[in-house]
Amino acid sequence: MALKRPAIKNIPYEEFKDNETFEKLVEELNQNGVNIAVRSLDWLFDWGRSHSLWPLTFATSCCGIEFMAVCAARHDIARFGFEVTRNSPRHADVILVSGTIVKKMAPVLKRLYDQMADPKYVIAIGACSVSGGPFRKSYHVVQGVDEIIPVDVYVPGCPPRPESFLYGMMQLQRKVKVEQFFGTTNRKERDPFKQEYKERSEKILESQEEA
Amino acid sequence: MNLTYQTIAPGALRDECLRLREGGMDFLVFLTGLDLGDEGFGVVYQLENTQTKEQVNLRCVTPNREQPVLPTVSDIWDIANIYEREAYDFLGIIFAGHPDMRRIYLREDWVGHPLRKDDNPEAQNPLRMDNEPLSDTTWQYELSEDGTLTKRENVVFEPEDYVVNIGPQHPSTHGVLHFRVAIEGETIKHVDPVLGYIHRGIEKMNESMTYPQMLALTDRMDYLGAMQNRHALCKVIEEAMGVEVSDRVKVIRTIMDELQRIDSHILFFSCLAQDLGATTAFIYGFRDREKILDIFEETCGGRLILNYNTIGGVMHDLHPNFVQRVKDFIPVMRKGLKEYHDLFTGNVIARNRMEGVGILSKEQVIAMGCTGGTGRASGWHNDLRKLRPYDAYDRVEFDEITFETGDSFCRYMVRMNEIEQSLRIIEQLIDNIPDGPFQEKMKPIIKVPEGVYYSAVEGSRGQFGVYLESRGDKSPYRVHYRSTGLPLVYAMNTACRGNLIADLVTIGGTFDYIVPDIDR
Ligand code: SF4
Repeated sequence: MALKRPAIKNIPYEEFKDNETFEKLVEELNQNGVNIAVRSLDWLFDWGRSHSLWPLTFATSCCGIEFMAVCAARHDIARFGFEVTRNSPRHADVILVSGTIVKKMAPVLKRLYDQMADPKYVIAIGACSVSGGPFRKSYHVVQGVDEIIPVDVYVPGCPPRPESFLYGMMQLQRKVKVEQFFGTTNRKERDPFKQEYKERSEKILESQEEA
Repeated sequence: MNLTYQTIAPGALRDECLRLREGGMDFLVFLTGLDLGDEGFGVVYQLENTQTKEQVNLRCVTPNREQPVLPTVSDIWDIANIYEREAYDFLGIIFAGHPDMRRIYLREDWVGHPLRKDDNPEAQNPLRMDNEPLSDTTWQYELSEDGTLTKRENVVFEPEDYVVNIGPQHPSTHGVLHFRVAIEGETIKHVDPVLGYIHRGIEKMNESMTYPQMLALTDRMDYLGAMQNRHALCKVIEEAMGVEVSDRVKVIRTIMDELQRIDSHILFFSCLAQDLGATTAFIYGFRDREKILDIFEETCGGRLILNYNTIGGVMHDLHPNFVQRVKDFIPVMRKGLKEYHDLFTGNVIARNRMEGVGILSKEQVIAMGCTGGTGRASGWHNDLRKLRPYDAYDRVEFDEITFETGDSFCRYMVRMNEIEQSLRIIEQLIDNIPDGPFQEKMKPIIKVPEGVYYSAVEGSRGQFGVYLESRGDKSPYRVHYRSTGLPLVYAMNTACRGNLIADLVTIGGTFDYIVPDIDR
């Protein structure tokens, strides 16, 4: 079953700027073909999951304040089903890394990520978590969270406007909507997208052992 | 202003400090370490007499680069405790007699001291992904007569202490702050703050940046005092270069600072209410805050990080709608403030959780350097807008809000009442913004004449100062920011001891610290 232009009802396809990555993703998912029955169930699950992603309240600095503004009345994150912010990583589906991650915080962030239950997602909010941002030259700042955890969506800006937050989160919803829930997403070891990250974190650990 | 300082030999430092303390110098404004190259390492102290407002600057230098040792002053001024730990962490200066010589920002297994000019922190410290070690003991160094250094182990937590970790990822520490709390039953015995989870090395980065580049980072330290932080840095550079900004700029800066203060205090209210479980109050606060952000956005282009002040002026002239928007905002805010009081201030639960909790006396806040609302709640008149008026503060009328009790409720009320005062200031200025240029002509390359400068403004949560040492280059030799939050975190131990563990959240909430400002 080919799944070329997945119909996403609430937002027109043209409104997204980056449809290429998304289509590549769909293509990879469909490489081996899918079973109709399983796929229909997938659709149902993914539809449900994409509209109730629970973010972890995780903010280290300035971008966190914008996150609070997104949660509050004017921008109202609840319109997209993100309003259930959780304080414990074990309840959360998505971690919004808002703010600079420094070297002392890196193991803590990694641990938070590891504590979250699969399937889990990461959005890097702000220049700092995308690449180090204004603090890239600093001796104590991690140059982008993708060095330590795999990132699904990058939201640039310093800080990103609330609209960008929402746009980024909607990108994640699209991503969730085309996932093959059975057999891939609900089974971590076979997830092709997390492989790369695994190798990288192993490499970091190895280099540490040597040092 | 250009600082004149006395240089004191390490041997005479303690006697001199004791003498000054006897003479009424009870407030240690800041203490910071310097790398003076071949001359060794230095430490600068600024002292203030809170009665007469007199100030003294001291500097003490040790020529020994291998093992720099200076005597401690932590028993003379309480706050020196944490400042000296910072100097030890950044520069490796050992303070003999200090009871707790641990690192404070960097990991315990960090190699080197990053603010030393010959240190190479990146090469020695790759990203470590193992959990950080945290020891329960600490070292005290003593210098004997013949110059040998001995060390003794001090205990932070006894083996039988029951220690609860709060943070670094905790919703009510307001950022990534880590408290190790020893409790007995539900009563707090000792609070040990572990900092540095958002230490971004701004002071070190500044040393290789040009002056206009430095400005960008100040906004990101205390993001709820973005205007004021940047104002302080612009002010110190302008004073050093002898630039006088136009009257228009002065008034604009004053109005912007006050808008920022209201913004910060609303956020304080919202977060405190949220921490105590009053989610509705949080939404109300943010509703009004968005209005200020709209005003900022129109003129500055940013919502949170504003990048507005520049050296010699401001980035853009005011937006044509500015005056009208501000005028519309004032009654909305007054109405909002009344709602906050109806909704939250009178609430029995909120009152019970705040009244009589976390009391700090006036002597304690002065000794611990808690400026801003926290100090004023205990009756310390420390508002720089009154003490040393800058910009347009000398031509407006407003009250300095102080209370006597110094409990959580007073700290809360100080901030709520300050919103009203800020509105008053804005009201007096908004109709007579003078004409004039919004930016002085500056040279394309800004060089600050050689010297040592310090200048401070009243930030949203206390005295925010910038210490600048220039050698006449394009970039500064050393910059130190007097953080408003560091003394507050230090005071947590004193304020929380003897209270219930649940009150730690309220006390921390009313202190209103911003973690990136503490860690810098
Ligand atoms: S991206 Fe900008 S606003 Fe966000 S945390 Fe970094 S410095 Fe702050």
